[in-house]
Parts: sequence; structure tokens; C-alpha cells
Amino acid sequence: MTFWLLLTVNSVTFGGLLFLLSAGFSLIFGLMRIPNLTHGSMFMVGAYLGTTFFSGALGFTLNFWVAAIVTAFEVAVLGALMERLLLRRLAGQQLAQVLVTLGVSFMVADLCLMAWGGDPISVETPPGLGGFIRVGTAAAPLYRLAIIAIAVVFAIALWLMLERTRLGAMIRAGVDDPQMARVVGIRVSQLFTIVFGLGAALAGFAGVIGAPILSVYPGLDQDMLPLALVVVILGGTGSLLGSFVGSIIVGFIYNFGQALVPELAYFILFLPMVLVLVLRPQGLFGGQVL
Amino acid sequence: MIARGIAIAIAILALIAVPYAITEAYYVNIASQILLYAIFALGLNILVGYAGLVSLGHAGLFGVASYAVASLLVLGYGHAVAILAALVIGLLFTAGFAALALRATGISFIMITLALGEILWGLAYRWISLTNGDNGVNVATRPMPFGIALSSANAFYDMTLIVFVVAVAATAIFVRSPFGAALAGTRDQPRRMNALGFHVWMIRFGAFMFSGLLTAVAGILYVYYNRFISPQTLALPASAEALLMVISGGAGTLLGPIVGAALVVIIKNVVSAYVVRWNFMLGAIFVAIVVFMPEGLVPGMARLSRSAWRAMSGPKKVLPAAEPKP
Repeated sequence: MTFWLLLTVNSVTFGGLLFLLSAGFSLIFGLMRIPNLTHGSMFMVGAYLGTTFFSGALGFTLNFWVAAIVTAFEVAVLGALMERLLLRRLAGQQLAQVLVTLGVSFMVADLCLMAWGGDPISVETPPGLGGFIRVGTAAAPLYRLAIIAIAVVFAIALWLMLERTRLGAMIRAGVDDPQMARVVGIRVSQLFTIVFGLGAALAGFAGVIGAPILSVYPGLDQDMLPLALVVVILGGTGSLLGSFVGSIIVGFIYNFGQALVPELAYFILFLPMVLVLVLRPQGLFGGQVL
Repeated sequence: MIARGIAIAIAILALIAVPYAITEAYYVNIASQILLYAIFALGLNILVGYAGLVSLGHAGLFGVASYAVASLLVLGYGHAVAILAALVIGLLFTAGFAALALRATGISFIMITLALGEILWGLAYRWISLTNGDNGVNVATRPMPFGIALSSANAFYDMTLIVFVVAVAATAIFVRSPFGAALAGTRDQPRRMNALGFHVWMIRFGAFMFSGLLTAVAGILYVYYNRFISPQTLALPASAEALLMVISGGAGTLLGPIVGAALVVIIKNVVSAYVVRWNFMLGAIFVAIVVFMPEGLVPGMARLSRSAWRAMSGPKKVLPAAEPKP
């Protein structure tokens, strides 16, 4: 019983992390029509930067949550810079943009290897959240529940931002019809930078708060990127609800798979993606054809 | 026509002469590597250049053929069985890839092939009972076709060269055939091709299969060349490397992928002699080529030499600009 409960909590936690990662991925895809292949790198850079901040390697120690927020801002700046300096030069050439993000992801991975070495860095859970919550005979780790709470808060905040604010309305307009949005006076290219930065910030933040669970190691980017891809193919591009449901599904399959059939966990992860592609290529919640 | 025939003959003679010109085994091995990667790049170019479908999962197909050979040899089968079975397995996986990835085109095609390639990498990496995981599989011996031992660098180069020439010829015939023309049609105007009664999906599927066949052949050569296969061969950087060969040389040309393969293999070997950061270089070259020379080397050089030729043959009268329509 405890085993199954723990597995369920782990699955939802992982789903929450994936949501933070793939929400930005999905928004960028919806708006700019490109899969941002640096998204896994943003996650990894976030994780490395965060661990550096609160490990005290720089001579000062930041509180875990402060470090997470600072890192999110830094990664956001990196993402916005990349959009401005590289992707902007290739406006309208989607294939070239995808290839540039791929190239940058290799460069980032190698730079991280150079800066932080090849050994995995394990991260302690932040103080105060190391305990368990007991429900009858079963116990659930507090930190994982905290991640779930954070993911839910972010999901609601993102939804409110998209549905209720002026910026959100502009983003939705850009996703629906960029040309028409330009015609009515929305500066879509500025939206690109904002959304790219926002997506990067979410990925970087997810990297930091995921670090105590996943630990930080070279190749983390390559582990996370395909998961974000699967989530978006499952849920449908540009759909917030799609990335939420997709993340939870992938979280469950990934964790249950690893517990029950460890050798094939990675494989069965992609089965729902294959099913969706065959039966509903636009994704579960996608309006536009994938 | 005659000039072209002479050029081809000279090129083949030059390739045959390579091991005699550079006698060191190390460099002959690099030449073999260039040829086998060129076959891989030719296969990928069928999709990228002629079908307009960019695959980021081809290293997966390449690796499947390699693993098939290695695993069957470990199980005690002979070389002939292993090679034939690897071709069949490679084509089966290609068919599966194609059936899924051709649900989409454009950017979504990239995403699906990327995800599929990562599945195969994940399987190779984590299905340890089948693939021996990160430790990889060793291949004890190279085959001996007609009793000729391929253990020396020169013999293996000659074998690779034969396969390479056949692959180039097959690709040239494929591209110039009516099917190749139809394929280019589906790249440029899929809806018109559909309206004209062509089965666009079938044409793309056929192209994918041919691409997969060349990829499997390259994979088989690779595993015999290295006598070792590990999950690294299937990882995303390997797919990206192959794509870089196609794009840097010039997608949609016959010569481009070959030049690109030579370029990437040489840079990779030269660079890794001095710096350990090959992945950084790979990324940087990728970005530079996409931003500054998106057409690739071969078309780029052809354009340069054409304009140089024009400049040398004296000032010609400038072609009149198209008449503005009333």
C-alpha cells in the first residue's frame, strides 16, 4: 500500500516538474511554431546555477527559494538573449531556427560539462521540507508535495495570465494568427522575446526545484527534452491544459514504468505518444493539426 | 556527357589510389570513415534534400543495423546471416519510423523523428539484457567475402569504396528516375502532386525506405569498421552530426553530402586531436553554417565559381531585367 501511494506521489511530482518544463515549451511552439530544442538545456543550466548559488561555491550562500528565483531570472535573460541575437536573424525560417536551437543545445551541454565537471551533483532537500506527512499508516515526503503545490500554483497563475491579462490576450492572438495580430497593432516579435524568456524562466526554475529529486548531471538536458517533446505531442501544441494533462500522464507512465519494468521504462513512455499520433495527430487538446 | 564520364572515372581512380598515396593506416582508416559516413549522409539527404523532410532520428536507424549485426554475431550466427538480417531489421524499423513520422511534415516531422530516435537510444542504453547497456557490444571479426580478409586498413577501405560507389550510383539513378522527380514534386508542391493523382504519402514512404536502406548499409559498415557498438552511436548528437554533413555540404545535391561527410569527419578527427570539446565545435559549426551559409558548401562554391568564371571570361552584356508587367 505504501509502495503504491509513494509511487503515485512520485508520479504526480514528476508530472508537476514536467508541467513547468513543457508549459513554456508548448507556449513557444504555439507562438513561434518551432520546438525549442534548448529547453532541456535551460532546465539543466537552471539546475547547475541553482546548486551553485545555494552550495556556497561563490563565497555566499543563498536560500534555496531565493536561489531558484534568481536562477529563473538569469535563465530568462539567457533565453531572451538567444531569441534576440540568433533566432531573430532567422525570422520566418523555421527549419533554420530549429537547427540553431539544436546547435546551441550542444554548445550549452559542453560548456556545462566544462564548468561543473562530469560528476553528478546531489542536492539536499531545502531545510524544513525534509520530513514526511503521515496519512494513516502511509507517509508521503513533504518536499514532493511542495513541488506538486508549486506546479498547481504556477498552472493557475499561467492560466490567469493567459486568460485574464492584456499580455495573455496578445499571446493568444499571436498563437491564433500572427499576421492578423500584427495587423491590429500587436508587436508579435516583442511577444516572441517575452514568451521565450518566460519559457526559459519556467524551465530554469523547474531545474532548480527538481534538483533535490533528480540530482544534477551531464545529460540531464537530453533526458528531459524528449519528455517535454512527448508531453507536447500528447497534449497538443500551444495548449496549457494539454501540457498539464500530458505531464501528469507522462509522470505516471515514467515512474510506474521504472518501478515495474525498469529496462523498458523509456520505451513504454513513448507508447502513448505513438497511440496519439496514430489516432489523434493534433494531440489530445490541440486545436491545430500538429 | 563525355566530360562527366571522364570526371567520374578520374574520381573513382583517385579514390582507389588513396591508400597508396597515404600509406599510414591511421589516415586510410579516416578515409574509410569518410566513405561510410558519406553513405549515411547520402541516405539522410534523400529525405532532407529531395523529400524536404528533416529527420533527427536517423542515428537510431543507423544504430539498429549496427546492433543487429553485433548481437547476431554474439549469438553465434555467421557474417552473411548477420548482414542480411541487419538489412531486414533496419528496413523493418525504417518502415515503423516512416509510418509514424509521415503522419506529419515540416517541424512536426522533426519532433517525431527526434522522439523516435531517442526511444531507440533509450532502448540501447537501458535494455541491458539485450544490448549490454553502456558497455556496448564487441564484434570479434570482420567478414571474409570470397575469402578475402578485411582485417587490414587497406582491404577494409577497398571494400567500403565498392559499397560507396554502388551507393552513389544507386542514389544517382534514384534521384534521376521518374520516382525521384515525383519525390521532388512532393517536396515543392505536395497539393498539386496530390491533385495530379500522385500518392504523396506512398512516394514519401518509398523515399524513406530507400533512405533507411542506405542508412542500414552504413550502419553495418560502421560496426565492422569499429568492431564495437555502444548507445552513443544512436544518441541525438550522432543524428545531428549526420544532418550537419548533409546541410554543410548542400542538401538536395548528390555531391553535397559526400563533401559534408569528408568535412565533418576531418574536422572531428583534427579537432579532437587538439581539444576535447567536439560537441561544442559541432554546435558552433552548426549555428555558423545555418546562419551564414544555409545553402551548404557545394551550391555555395558552385555559385562562387560561376561568378568567377563570368568575371574571367570578360564583361558580358548584363541580362536585361524582366520586363515589368503593365
